[in-house]
Parts: sequence; C-alpha cells; structure tokens
Amino acid sequence: MIFSYDGHAPAFPPVIGPVLIARGLTVRYPGAAEPALKEFSLSVPAGARVALVGSNGAGKSTFLKAAAGLLPVESGELEVFGLPVGGCRCRVAYLPQQPEIDWRFPVTVEDLVLTGRDAHLGWFRRPGSADRLRVRRALERVGLAALGPRPIHELSGGQRQRALIARSLTQEADLLLLDEPLNAVDAETRFSFGELLAGLCREGKTVVMATHHLGGSGEEADRAVYLSDGHESDAPCEHPEVPA
Amino acid sequence: MTFLLEPFQYPFMRTGLAAATLAGITCGLLGSYVVLRRVAFIGHAMTHGTLPGLALAQRLGFSLFGGAILANLATAFGIGWMSRREDVHEDTAIGVFSSAMFALGILIMARTKSYRDLTGLLFGQVLGVTGGDLVWMAAAALVVAAALVLFHKEWMLATLDPGHARIIGLPMGFLKVGFLVLLVLGVSTAVQTVGAVLTGALLVAPAAAARLVTRRLPGMMALSTLIAAACGAGGLYLSYFVGLPSGAAIVLLCAAAYAAVHLGVSWKESR
Repeated sequence: MIFSYDGHAPAFPPVIGPVLIARGLTVRYPGAAEPALKEFSLSVPAGARVALVGSNGAGKSTFLKAAAGLLPVESGELEVFGLPVGGCRCRVAYLPQQPEIDWRFPVTVEDLVLTGRDAHLGWFRRPGSADRLRVRRALERVGLAALGPRPIHELSGGQRQRALIARSLTQEADLLLLDEPLNAVDAETRFSFGELLAGLCREGKTVVMATHHLGGSGEEADRAVYLSDGHESDAPCEHPEVPA
Repeated sequence: MTFLLEPFQYPFMRTGLAAATLAGITCGLLGSYVVLRRVAFIGHAMTHGTLPGLALAQRLGFSLFGGAILANLATAFGIGWMSRREDVHEDTAIGVFSSAMFALGILIMARTKSYRDLTGLLFGQVLGVTGGDLVWMAAAALVVAAALVLFHKEWMLATLDPGHARIIGLPMGFLKVGFLVLLVLGVSTAVQTVGAVLTGALLVAPAAAARLVTRRLPGMMALSTLIAAACGAGGLYLSYFVGLPSGAAIVLLCAAAYAAVHLGVSWKESR
C-alpha cells in the first residue's frame, strides 16, 4: 500500500497525443504587477527535444516552473500527459538553473539518485533492492557508475547535471524540464550532455530545455521556440539552422 | 577503582547520569539536522526561550520538563506569528522573541529573589532531576528517535533538495512544523541538565564534529549521538570529581570533542 505525498496514487496515463500542451497560458509570480508569461501556447509531442530560447526575463524559466507545478496558472490551460499540472508528479522531472541542492550534504551520489524513488515510495516505505538496481542502471546510463559511492561534493558541474538526469531516470520521469542545463559548462561537456539527451529522446523521453542561446550546429534540440518579454517571438537571424 | 565508581553509589548521580545521557541522545540526533539545515540560531532561541517556563515551574512547584515544553511551544508559536509578515524575517523574530522570553524568565526569578536557583536554571541543575522527569525525558527521546527514523527519507530530501521535495509533493510546512516540535522535545529534555544558556552547544558541537568525519547522514547522526551522549554522561561524571557546574563541564567536553576532531581532520588534510 502506498501513502503518497499528495494523496494520489502515482499516475501513469497512456500517452495519447502531446506530452505537454499550453493554450493561451498566462503565469504571474506571486505579488508581481505584470505576468512573466502571457498568452503562450505550445504543444510538445513525445520524444521531442524542444529548446525555449530567450534572454533573461523572456518567460522561459517561468514556463518550466509552471509545468513543474511550482507556479500557479493565472489563465489559459496547461496539461501534462493529458492531466492538469500536478496530476502525475512521478513522470515529470525539473532541473532548475540553480538547484536548491546542498552539495555539501553528507550523501553519496547513489543516495542522491535514490531520492528519485521517493515519489513512488511515499510515506513509511523504504527503498529496496529493486530501487537500488534502478539507481545503478541510471548511473551507468549517464556514465557515472564509478562515482556512485563518492560524496556528492566531489562532482564537477557537468557530473552534477548527469547525476540529476540519473535521478530523473530513477524517478521514471518521461518529461524532463531543464532550466539552463548548459550554462557555464565547457564545450566538451555541452556536447556530451547534448548526446545524452538525444539518446534519451530516442528512447521515448521528452525534453523541454530553457537556454539563452543554442549551440552553433543546433545539436542540442530538434525544435526551438523563441520567447521575448513573456511572448513567443520570431527566431533571431543567428539561429536559422534549428527549425522554429 | 572504588574511587572511580564512587559517584554511582548515589541515587541522585545515577538519575543525573541517565538524564545527561538522554539529553545527549536527543540533542545528538536532532543536532545533525540543526547543523545541516543551518538553524543553530533557532536552537539557541528555543533554549533561551525555555527560561520563563523553567522559572514558573520552579516557583509554582511543577515539573521543570513540563515548564520547558510550555515555554518552548510559546517561543515557537511567537516566532511563527511574528514572521508571518513578509517584512519581518525569521531571524529578526527569533532575535526579538527569544530575548524577550529570556528577560521574562529573569524577571520571574528576580521576584523569587533566589539567584542560586536562577544560576541552576541558566547553567543546568542535573542533580535536581526527579524520577518523574526522567520518565518524561525518556519518552521524549523515544518520540524524537522514532520520528527521525520513520520520516528519515522525507526529512533528508527536504533538507538536501527542497526544490525537488516540493515538486514531488512533500508537505514542506508539515515537515518544518514537525521538526520544530521535535526540537521543542529535544531542548526540553536537555535544558534541565545543561541549562538554558548552554543547551545550544549540545545541539550543535557534537553534530558539527560528526559532520567533519562522516560521508553519509545516518553515520553522522549515529556519531553525533554517540559524542553527545558520551559528553553528557562524561561531563557530569567529571564535574563530580573536579567540582565544576555540570552544564559547563558537559558543554566544555562537547567543545573539546569538536576541537579535537577539527584539528585532527585539518592535520590529516595538510599531510
């Protein structure tokens, strides 16, 4: 028996149609005079790798937070796997630009990745051998198997991102919301991270990623949506290679 | 040998040693989260906020443990009420409310004109612990330990990664209030033994020492509990022979344990 944190059993509705749909979505930060995202619409099919591109204040992080259930929808519709936001928390993983993770916390990389199982276990249940097997497989998938027993403070910036992706795999998340995952990482890390995401999408995962700018070849996304001042905007001329 | 076993001949010392060990266990267990959540200031606020409860209990002749719990609950409620406004930060509320509670305690004691009793409340009077107090302290220690074991993964995630905890639907407010309740129990268990001024050190120093030499939270909690319990019992035992106030002896042992671990780790890293 599962005593889930939000009172609902983990939902795994079959994916029929788009994974993520926004229709005329307006989102405002609590207490803000103006909405940060206005009348925004987007449809993301399963297996897609979508980049939300824009400068600071464009509304891309706001959209990801709303899709993760961290900001309330003021008006419009926002559906994840055909359910209102929060209807299937297990299947959504959100990696914020600056995670609130305490990287000095005394846990190993395996412990961190194992927290991905918490949403499935709920209150009172402890992770078992099957959960730990998922952790090992996820760490192998992201190339961190050797670092599993190490403390998390020993991870580099790129390895931290991979560890968080491993946690989302352990969580069995099918929609990954990544806020500036490639910010402040070197070109090699950027390339290998892009390859990892591409591989996950080929396996059916869906990625929506916020970024200031795309890499030159456009290998990090197969579709770009440009945002400016809370609205969808036209593609700037420096990104002609990624279909908008 | 007989000389070393001498303290155990006296019932008040046996009760005192049990109380000091229980105080060490509860503070050692909770201390890991106090250190990791960086809420040492709240721990200090709670310990100082117990004084009016202790003073009233002393004056009216009811359980000091009960007085400490009531005062602690009032402190936690007052801090929560004050910091409801967005323009009043929690640390401001703690600074104002805990100082006011401490001053209220001194005022109550001043009315009794017993500065000897006041010293006991401020710096610990472990030898005044009764059998009834001991039962309540053991029950509080049991509740703290059971709650930390039962909700281990939830409290760990809420401390390690609050953002992810919110996304998967963990009730952060419930966990925060729950931790404050455990802190109330822990501080109330220790304050009679170590005193209203010094209990904060028993919460922080053993956990800080354990943090330096452990890689995982369960290990940190176990070592922190071991250090705090050993310092609790050891400090009281030492105070019997050296003639020190028991609270001061316990806290000095905790500080010595932290200093030894800190220096040892720094020396090892420099090699």
